[in-house]
Amino acid sequence: MERKTKIIAEEGKQDLVITREFDLPLELLFKAYEDPEIVSQWMGTKVLKLENKKHGSWAFETSDPNGNVVFKASGVIHDFVPNEKIVRTFEMENILFAPQLEFLEFEKLTEDTSKLTMQIIYKSIEHRLTQLKLPFAQGLNMAHNRLEEIVKKLK
Amino acid sequence: MTSLYLQSNNCIMEIRRDVFQAIADPTRRAILSLVAVQSMTPGAIAENFESSRQTISKHIQILSECELLSQTQNGREIYYHLNPQKMKEIDNFIEPFRKMWDDRFNKLESIMKNYKK
Repeated sequence: MERKTKIIAEEGKQDLVITREFDLPLELLFKAYEDPEIVSQWMGTKVLKLENKKHGSWAFETSDPNGNVVFKASGVIHDFVPNEKIVRTFEMENILFAPQLEFLEFEKLTEDTSKLTMQIIYKSIEHRLTQLKLPFAQGLNMAHNRLEEIVKKLK
Repeated sequence: MTSLYLQSNNCIMEIRRDVFQAIADPTRRAILSLVAVQSMTPGAIAENFESSRQTISKHIQILSECELLSQTQNGREIYYHLNPQKMKEIDNFIEPFRKMWDDRFNKLESIMKNYKK
């Protein structure tokens, strides 16, 4: 069975909902969010801090192969209930986007399957659109860079 | 080279934003669902709404400018129909964002399967 990630972004709203069903028991799905070592593996970023508790905070940082920091994000954890939910903020550093509020809900479907529902609330409708556009823009960017490389080789 | 790229990139973004604005309006979405079933004349479209014909024709104009509607001339009548290609582009716009999360979650799933007994 294909377990696809779904994005619900209703018109005129400033939130979006990401849902995904996993071929994993609830406890393992939650562990992937709880254990800094595992988080860093699937998020592809360094976990500098991850305090899994009410009023805790977290910080991620990603560097390129030359050691330059290319991505830095942090936030605070408002609520942390194992195997149930995480409420936290997310903010990218050195960039003028407002922080976003995230509600993560973990659900048991069967003994071996589980579901994650992630609601993200943005400051405005425009902010949501910008975030949705980012990977699209990055995709264009990458395509363009590849094209430039090919063109350079042809010269 | 870079400035040229930025320009074309912004241009694409501009079009996309217009399309989003076009479908943000409930009347325009209703028009799209009407013509999705069959092509219609502006008059036939307007009959489905309480707004004035002028208002509806303004909406049709916006949808046409965004290429969500295309038109064919049949004698003296103009028929509007849905441009499915353009509707697909709107879907595709969110796709890279969805794909980014899907890739992450696939990775999460495969990593965690190693912990399964």
